[in-house]
Amino acid sequence: MTGGRVGADWTSGPRVAPGEGGLAGLVRHDLRILRTYLSLGVLNLVQYRSDFVLSVVNAVITLATQVLGLSVIFSRTTDLAGWGVYDLLVLIGVHFLIGGVLGLVVRPSMEAMMEGIRLGTFDFTLVKPADSQLLASVQVVRPQALVDVLVGLGVVVFGVTRVQASLSVVDVVLSLLTLLCGLVVVYSFILALSTMAFWFVRLDNVLVIFQSLFGEAGRWPVTIFPGWLRIVLTFAVPVAFAVTVPSEALTGRLSLTSALSAAGLALLFFAASRWFWFFALRRYTGASA
Amino acid sequence: MADVATRPAAPPDFSKVSLGALRRYYVGEFAASAANNLAYRGAVAIWVVTTVIQPMVSIVVWRTVAGPGGEVSGFNASEFVTYFAVTMLVEHLTFIWLMWEFEWRIRTGAMSPLLLRPIHPIHKDVCENLSYKLIGLVGVLPAMVLLVIGFGGDVSGIGVVQVLTFLPALVLAMAVRFLLEWVLALSAFWVTKTSALNNLYFALFLFLSGSFAPLAVLPEAVRTLAYVSPFPWIVSFPVELALGRRTGAEVWVGYLAQVGWVLVALVLLRVVWRRAVRVYSAVGS
Repeated sequence: MTGGRVGADWTSGPRVAPGEGGLAGLVRHDLRILRTYLSLGVLNLVQYRSDFVLSVVNAVITLATQVLGLSVIFSRTTDLAGWGVYDLLVLIGVHFLIGGVLGLVVRPSMEAMMEGIRLGTFDFTLVKPADSQLLASVQVVRPQALVDVLVGLGVVVFGVTRVQASLSVVDVVLSLLTLLCGLVVVYSFILALSTMAFWFVRLDNVLVIFQSLFGEAGRWPVTIFPGWLRIVLTFAVPVAFAVTVPSEALTGRLSLTSALSAAGLALLFFAASRWFWFFALRRYTGASA
Repeated sequence: MADVATRPAAPPDFSKVSLGALRRYYVGEFAASAANNLAYRGAVAIWVVTTVIQPMVSIVVWRTVAGPGGEVSGFNASEFVTYFAVTMLVEHLTFIWLMWEFEWRIRTGAMSPLLLRPIHPIHKDVCENLSYKLIGLVGVLPAMVLLVIGFGGDVSGIGVVQVLTFLPALVLAMAVRFLLEWVLALSAFWVTKTSALNNLYFALFLFLSGSFAPLAVLPEAVRTLAYVSPFPWIVSFPVELALGRRTGAEVWVGYLAQVGWVLVALVLLRVVWRRAVRVYSAVGS
């Protein structure tokens, strides 16, 4: 199957490059695509080195602002709805980490996809012989965001060593699992939002709302929000599962129900967004039509 | 503005614009940008939604810190609600986005046509800013009321007198912030990437203006630092006037400080602008 197939075949799901078969070949093919885009991103970064320095400076400013904010708050109280200062530091670290991964590949790719739909260049992505969702999701890599990932990791490690609760191996595994689930939930949510660009061409501003909710509300444990807002932040705009649940795991306050529902929700969000993606593609007529 | 430029590469001279012409320009430019904002009202609505998120989160956080029946530096939970609801209004009416736009203007050469006009580019920015803010009020005012009602804000301190003293402070705050941040935006004439500088500015602004928390809540050292900066006069002062937390001589001292900072900002604007246009080299020239 070479490229160039158009029409209903766009929607027939992942296809394998010539000479390969089975699930293993499929995964290998997908990983190769991922690796190619990652190295392209690194090449771009090496070209604009000062951007990297700039993102280090920006990460430091953001971190300093948030730590200063925490110190102001904790000069007036000893805990925020049961979260101590180092618990919140862990949460800030997780927030940095997730935000970094989103900024590394998800957001830039989705922006590029929506721009492509608007300009008509997205058709070229569709005719490539690979999973269209994967191609659309990894097409742009911004390695500068790695700075946020690293800062986040550092803050998490620092915070965890200061938190009273000691972590067992199970806790660590659960933390990593919930982090992964959180990432999947947020990725699926952003994908579903961006997929709507097939109908409403100008959607970049909707991502701005998500970005703002994630940036402002995501930096706090979802438990401090009153009832209806907590529900919105948990299910409608799933910031809670991305940041609060992994932080609960890292600070030893995660219940098994939260962990299981995080996993369940991640699967649900992923399946739903993938279904929505192909549903949208079936209705997509291309820019020239 | 009597110094008519004589050198070939002198900065643009806007002294020939009469007041009447300026008035006609403002009417036209304002109508044009209002029409533009109304045409893209969806985008304006989305920006208004993002304006609400930060104060809403602040309300939730500080209400939790104060706790039911508790108090932090003279603010109880429902007073925090009102504080941040009014702060949202002041933020919406004072903020400008030009420090992010100037980098793009310079990089793409969009600055060149603005410089060729026989009128200072700041006037166009003033019109666009005002029209956006007025149209945004349609969303921000109800949002403010909803925040107060939804979170149970305390409005007992707000009366006619408070609103009347608040309004001039608000207008002066708009002037101070517009001028200062327009000068900050001019840094794009020297630096090609301004994001770090802008972020640093906003970090300072967040704490020193009273947007993050009422200044009374901050540590003594930060508060002292705040009062030598222009920032408290942009957010904290008008908000506290509206809440009836500043009375008597304090009101007049505040107005004076605001006027003082407007004058300082005007001088800065004049000095920096002259230098900025001299170092400008357009893309493609």
